[in-house]
Amino acid sequence: MQPNLLTNSYEVHAGEFQTAGDASASIKRKLKQIGVDSMVLRRIAVASYEAELNLIIHSMGGQLTFAMSPEKITLVSNDMGPGIADISRAMQEGYSTASEEARDLGFGAGMGLPNMKRNADDFAIESELGKGTRIQMEFRLK
Amino acid sequence: MTIRELIPILDAKVLCGGEQIDQEVKTACGSDLMSDVLAFVKDKTVLITGLTNVHVMRTAEMLDIHCVVFARGKIPSDEILEEANELGIVVLATSYTTYTACGLMYEAGIRGTNERSGV
Repeated sequence: MQPNLLTNSYEVHAGEFQTAGDASASIKRKLKQIGVDSMVLRRIAVASYEAELNLIIHSMGGQLTFAMSPEKITLVSNDMGPGIADISRAMQEGYSTASEEARDLGFGAGMGLPNMKRNADDFAIESELGKGTRIQMEFRLK
Repeated sequence: MTIRELIPILDAKVLCGGEQIDQEVKTACGSDLMSDVLAFVKDKTVLITGLTNVHVMRTAEMLDIHCVVFARGKIPSDEILEEANELGIVVLATSYTTYTACGLMYEAGIRGTNERSGV
């Protein structure tokens, strides 16, 4: 197992739409500086932004963490709840429980989770009602 | 086609990024729903939208969108234009509706994409 060359964690607060995207923009800029391929970088940025928006729109707050090794970049979203009642429905395009506020800003179309899965090489989600949701995504660099 | 060639087609004003209008345009996407933009956009894409909040620029940054066209005469705030300036995004404004702006661009040979992002 290779050590991680670079890792960072960002706190994302519930309902803070004004700063939505700050964490993902920081991740994208860091990885761009290192010279990550632009096609891979865009997939990471999209998945990260979707995860960050979900934390703001749906969660009670959480963290977005990325770790880079020579082989891959791992992105983890971890929140404090409320958890997803039905993951298979949440994975359907167009299914959304987003607030009016989120929709007014152009989000909450029910595309987030499926879009994360499509952009990542590996995608895993686990959720427990009352506890929280953890999403792990991997992006291969080679 | 370049952004420069797009300007007369849309009868557009350049609001910022004027020094970068010689960049190529490959595809376009017209939507007020940033969630959908995030699911479809590809390389060298122009985004036509009627949504004027700072999230438009954030979405553009994530997707490497290099040109945003605000339709139906909407002028974004200085905050949005400053953000665009920092990110090196060209911002145009047209009085055409999103539908008409998309139609004019399609007529000029710019196609959309049905391919999903990430594929």
